[in-house]
Amino acid sequence: MRLADLIQFNLHLLLRQWFRTLMILLATAVGVAAVLLLTGLGEGARRFVLEEFSLLGQDTLIMLPGRKETTGGLPPLTGEGTRDITLEDVAALERLPEIEMVAPLIVGNAQVYVGGRNREILTLGTSARFFDLRQLSMQQGQALPQAPLEQAGSVCVIGPEVRDILFGTAPALGEWIRVGDRRFRVIGIVEDRGESLGMDVSNQVILPVASAQQIFNTQGMFRVLLKVRPGASFDGARQRVLELMQQRHGGERDITLITQDALLGAFSDILHLLTLSVGAIAAISLVVAGILIMNITLISVSQRTAEIGLLKALGASANLVRLLFLSEALMLSALGALLGIASGYALLWLGHSIWPQFPVSVPFWALSGSLVIALGVATLFAWLPARRAARMAPVLALRGEVRDA
Amino acid sequence: MIRLEQLCKTYHLGGESVHALDHLDLRIDAGDYLSVMGPSGSGKSTLLNMLGLLDTPDSGRYWLEEQEMGALNEEQRAKVRNQRIGFVFQAYHLIDRLSARENIELPLILTGVAPRERRPRVDELLERLGLEHHATHHPHQLSGGQRQRVAIARAVIRRPALLLADEPTGNLDSHASGEVISLLEELNGEGITLLVVTHDPAMGGRARRRLWMQDGALIRETNGDGNVTDSEPDRADAPR
Repeated sequence: MRLADLIQFNLHLLLRQWFRTLMILLATAVGVAAVLLLTGLGEGARRFVLEEFSLLGQDTLIMLPGRKETTGGLPPLTGEGTRDITLEDVAALERLPEIEMVAPLIVGNAQVYVGGRNREILTLGTSARFFDLRQLSMQQGQALPQAPLEQAGSVCVIGPEVRDILFGTAPALGEWIRVGDRRFRVIGIVEDRGESLGMDVSNQVILPVASAQQIFNTQGMFRVLLKVRPGASFDGARQRVLELMQQRHGGERDITLITQDALLGAFSDILHLLTLSVGAIAAISLVVAGILIMNITLISVSQRTAEIGLLKALGASANLVRLLFLSEALMLSALGALLGIASGYALLWLGHSIWPQFPVSVPFWALSGSLVIALGVATLFAWLPARRAARMAPVLALRGEVRDA
Repeated sequence: MIRLEQLCKTYHLGGESVHALDHLDLRIDAGDYLSVMGPSGSGKSTLLNMLGLLDTPDSGRYWLEEQEMGALNEEQRAKVRNQRIGFVFQAYHLIDRLSARENIELPLILTGVAPRERRPRVDELLERLGLEHHATHHPHQLSGGQRQRVAIARAVIRRPALLLADEPTGNLDSHASGEVISLLEELNGEGITLLVVTHDPAMGGRARRRLWMQDGALIRETNGDGNVTDSEPDRADAPR
């Protein structure tokens, strides 16, 4: 049988039973669209997170106290060092020729008071370098001033959310706030970049690092961010930093250097897995569509018993009869899959236009996978009924009796 | 052209064995016109199905055009059905969703004949059968006689050697019956071997060879002159 004839023959059949056809198309389309939609959103979330965390740039090293293995699995997110990374260490690091900028970082929750209000707010102790490294821009006022690291200045920069919480609509710039037992004057308000993930500074208070050391009563840095000088070898810089710290800490290598890539790689892996699993869950609906196809094909075989007998009498072989039923199911599911792809992409596009900052993109494996599953499931589930039709004895089938030959 | 030797077929219906064909012998020459008559359950339809390769015998041999049919597999039998045998059924067995033209060209479609080759052959048949205005009509838009003519066109589109008709006029009024019978006889006149199974003595009587069956065996044969040419009266009573 010619392909064009086969397609036409099937089309006649599908149009004749348009309601049945519509239902299967719908079931398959929903399954395929669900796979595309969920994986598209999952992949979008992954990219969104990566973009959010990519703020530090590719040339930034993150130092944390304590020695942790960074090969395999999650990189250490909390490091408890045996020896603190001190401000002297930071100053020494800054003198390395391979390093362009160093920003120390102390993080803690502190009680912040303004007038009668007080709130517990995440407080960062850092230097002016931090603003350059994170490329933070100011909504009002100025960033932390360039000052010696050990100078515990009484100025602070707050995020816009903190301003709203503490001051409401009243002006905040130039006002005094109390963090822990020290008073600070607000000299700047950070621009709200609308980020919700990662290190969002909009709900934080930023103090000079020495002041934060006093408030939290600690010497050691929580993190040190190091920006490698452009043109310098990244691995070379990393090596120099490790050597310097080893030398300064009495020959013991008790710090861990991680790159943003390692951090992001782990996040990316997790989110990828998540996307994969929601995709797999969505694919279950395709299997359900497959079972529907099997039932419909079974019904079709028993309804068309006489026709099968006739086709055999006219010279259709068992193989041809099987092909007829299989191709009918395949055509249905291919059409359904196309419909699903179209609607899936349309919905993603719609979502993207409503929420433009969220990147949506369907991974290729999801697109091809859903197609393969849709067609595979259709073939698999239509096989049984098709075989049954192929085995029918023509003489019995012509009389409308279903019995295997 | 056709030779049946000791053909047997037994059906088991609810624990009871029915001998649909009982050691049946038959020779049919090319261009013959036969009718098969007999009471219900005498094995007429089974014989037709055997000849049409729709059913397989339990034992015995069947030669069609010097070829032993028992040696063929299902694919080869399908090919012989397609190319050498045409079927006409009492219930027409047209496919409702297809037009008259599409029904007629179905045997060609099944074997992959190109559309440009199919078209002139179908056109020729449509014209000859007076159906040229009904080519695009669907079976439900046609009268019984027209439907049966479409079915006959479908049966002979591949120019088969053997045309098997099972009660071809069973669902038709006398006028339409007459048309269908003369069409079948016309085709026989062109050399197609015609075998008609019927209850109708008037129709059966038109054949050159008339076979009577009972209990799966041929009990009598008369030719056009009314002479009994071959019978095995003892076989019907023979112990089984």
